[in-house]
Amino acid sequence: MEKDAVIKNTREILKNHTAKPRNLIPVLHDLQEKFGYLPQPAMEEVAAALGIPAVDVYGIATFFNGFRLNPPGRHQIQVCMGTACYMAGGQIALDSFERRLKIRAGETTPDGEFSLEQAACVGCCSLAPVVVVDTFVEGKVTPTRVDGLLLSLGVAPEKQENRSSKKDN
Amino acid sequence: MDAALRKRAYAKLRSGAMEALKFLDEKPVVRVGTATCGKAAGALLIRDAFQEEINSKGIDARVVEVGCMGHCYAEPMAIISKPGFTPLCYGNLDEGLVKRLVEDFLLQDDPCYEFAMAALEPNDIFPTFQDFPRGVYEEKIILEYCGLIDPEEIDYYIAWGGYSALDKVLHMDPREVLQIVKASNLRGRGGAGFPAGIKWDVARKAGDGMKYVICNGDEGDPGAFMDRNILESNPHQVIEGMIICAYCVGASQGYIYIRSEYQQAIRRVKKAVRQAREKGLLGDFILGSDFCFDLHVFPGAGAFVCGEGTALVSSMEGGMGIPQYRPPELALSGYLGKPTVLNNVKTFCYIPHIIQKGTKWFKEIGTPGSPGTAVFALAGKIAAPGLVEVPMGTTLRQLIYDVGGGIPGDKKLKAVQIGGPSGGCLPGEALDLPVDFDSLKESGAMMGSGGIIVLNEDDCMVRMARFFLGFTQQESCGKCTFCRLGTRHMLQILDAVTRGEGDMDSLRVLRELAEDVKAGSLCNLGKTAPNPVLTTLKYFFHEYEAHIKEKRCPSLMCPNLIAYFIEPAKCSKLCNVCVGSCPVEAIYTRDDGLKAINQEKCVKCDNCLKTCPPEYSAVIKVSPPDLVREKEREMG
Repeated sequence: MEKDAVIKNTREILKNHTAKPRNLIPVLHDLQEKFGYLPQPAMEEVAAALGIPAVDVYGIATFFNGFRLNPPGRHQIQVCMGTACYMAGGQIALDSFERRLKIRAGETTPDGEFSLEQAACVGCCSLAPVVVVDTFVEGKVTPTRVDGLLLSLGVAPEKQENRSSKKDN
Repeated sequence: MDAALRKRAYAKLRSGAMEALKFLDEKPVVRVGTATCGKAAGALLIRDAFQEEINSKGIDARVVEVGCMGHCYAEPMAIISKPGFTPLCYGNLDEGLVKRLVEDFLLQDDPCYEFAMAALEPNDIFPTFQDFPRGVYEEKIILEYCGLIDPEEIDYYIAWGGYSALDKVLHMDPREVLQIVKASNLRGRGGAGFPAGIKWDVARKAGDGMKYVICNGDEGDPGAFMDRNILESNPHQVIEGMIICAYCVGASQGYIYIRSEYQQAIRRVKKAVRQAREKGLLGDFILGSDFCFDLHVFPGAGAFVCGEGTALVSSMEGGMGIPQYRPPELALSGYLGKPTVLNNVKTFCYIPHIIQKGTKWFKEIGTPGSPGTAVFALAGKIAAPGLVEVPMGTTLRQLIYDVGGGIPGDKKLKAVQIGGPSGGCLPGEALDLPVDFDSLKESGAMMGSGGIIVLNEDDCMVRMARFFLGFTQQESCGKCTFCRLGTRHMLQILDAVTRGEGDMDSLRVLRELAEDVKAGSLCNLGKTAPNPVLTTLKYFFHEYEAHIKEKRCPSLMCPNLIAYFIEPAKCSKLCNVCVGSCPVEAIYTRDDGLKAINQEKCVKCDNCLKTCPPEYSAVIKVSPPDLVREKEREMG
């Protein structure tokens, strides 16, 4: 989105809130809902409107896990890392996604198709390990299921090539 | 307004609600559980399937979305009631079963007992949930209506007697209300167990100015989902408890702080608040009295530390969620410097029940020191995971074996992780401990918010400790040096141990650091972060030793200390499944047609073990990894 459009949209959002520092988090929530992330010009605009230093807005945006500073991928994959999921193989599922998408958790694929994240408990511990693809929750995910999920999103099965990259925990 | 008119305000509300819900007794109703857990299991598809079938057959029936009953192991679930029949609950539904139920039960009169899980009312034909082994221990107070009422329709809560405690309270002196809460010895359910009455008393006495009531729904423990379930399944119970609290302490504004990950809870609570306002239960002159109070939902932004009171308040004021030194307590100087009562979701939920049924009733449940019930989220290696509510003082053994159905498979219980990242891992010998606020502390664990993860012999305790420490280390706000750097150093030590690179001296450092972090942290995140490490060191020291001295993971879990191996004696020439499943082409076919793994290429993804057909079960894990060479020599 163009910078001007971002600022215009941000001003629209700011109209719904009184200009007090305590409304910062609600404003940032609205921004993220609008843009999918927090663009820098938007954060600067918010700082000016609420009368706080821009660095404080940046501080809040980075302190909380819920805010992101980069655009998310078209498909968002969240691997639950709650206790039950972790013990049931959540790490294995995450490793599989990282290997298949060639990105690490917290990153977006270069083509902007997929972003991969760890989620704190999703709250469906009985289905562990759980993966949330966009809004769809998939339970009992094995590495084979990871392949299936990616296939359903249009990622061709892994190329049969020799790779010997080894990852530790 | 005079008392008679006030009384009528609630009576009118109640009769209106009952009128609106008359259809529940008159026509067949299908209640589908669509809390987050149900949705994850496919409840929305089930809801649509019911609706479609009912429409296509032209049946006069209603499909209603309800919350969760706590039987997570049987999701997706639905309750079908039909005039003339006992309401029945069906679990593990799929589209085929839905078709059959609509056809046989709704269209004809066969309730399909073979698929039913339980009846909801005592009858002569089919057992109820009370007849389940867990029914003996369960005592539902705050979960009672969860999964039975539509959380998005306030009439359900009112028709079942909701908001009558509020009506009662509005006819009482606030001091009387405080007396009741104090006498009940209700302890805060957020984990610390601080008596709610004392908190309220302090806030009440703190002058006549602006005061706030805040509900802490920032449930961040990985593995705990009881607050989410209550907010999604019966939000009005929380709202009613908060209004009563506000009346008692003289507050005029309230907030429900819900963690941002709980989107559905936020949506449902927002809707509930709106409906309560429309019915005159929130806003000015509540139920015709001169009491005014309004509520708002404040979505959190994803920081575990915000579960701590001062951090939560600081984040609501627009700052970072960093805990502050106390005193002053929040009850004296909280949100925006004003007296603030901050209680957990569950604490507020008990209030209407205590007001209605009295302190004597409440104190007869549970133990003298911790009266009432406790809500637990059972998960991990357990047959019937889910949400349970039992009296305080129930033992872990009863919880795991009777309520949770024991450990599935032929596996043995190894440990119970209780209290999440602040709690600890208790060994099998500790199973007879009663669970309440005080007795667990002595063993080094704590009740926390009530997540219980059952671990069996396949779970590595070092990795478990590493997992929790990794979580708290990441969530540390950074204010206190010991918490910020101490947990990081501890994590590095544990990482080395799980890689087989640790030494015994580092365990001494680990233990010392753990004590230092405990002593040198301001808030409970840091004070309790070392608990998982200390309890595993105390009860499972031999596992640490095996990792360090023998480079072996006894539970075959740490990837650097295991290897996958295909046993030639069990492998079949006729099967190729593992070869196809391997993402890195590490599995090859030997000259004799059997399969083997190239250890150099293996990334330990577990695929071959999962896909090897059960009739062969040829893939095994070995530790230490060197054993593979030995086995290859032995077996050829």
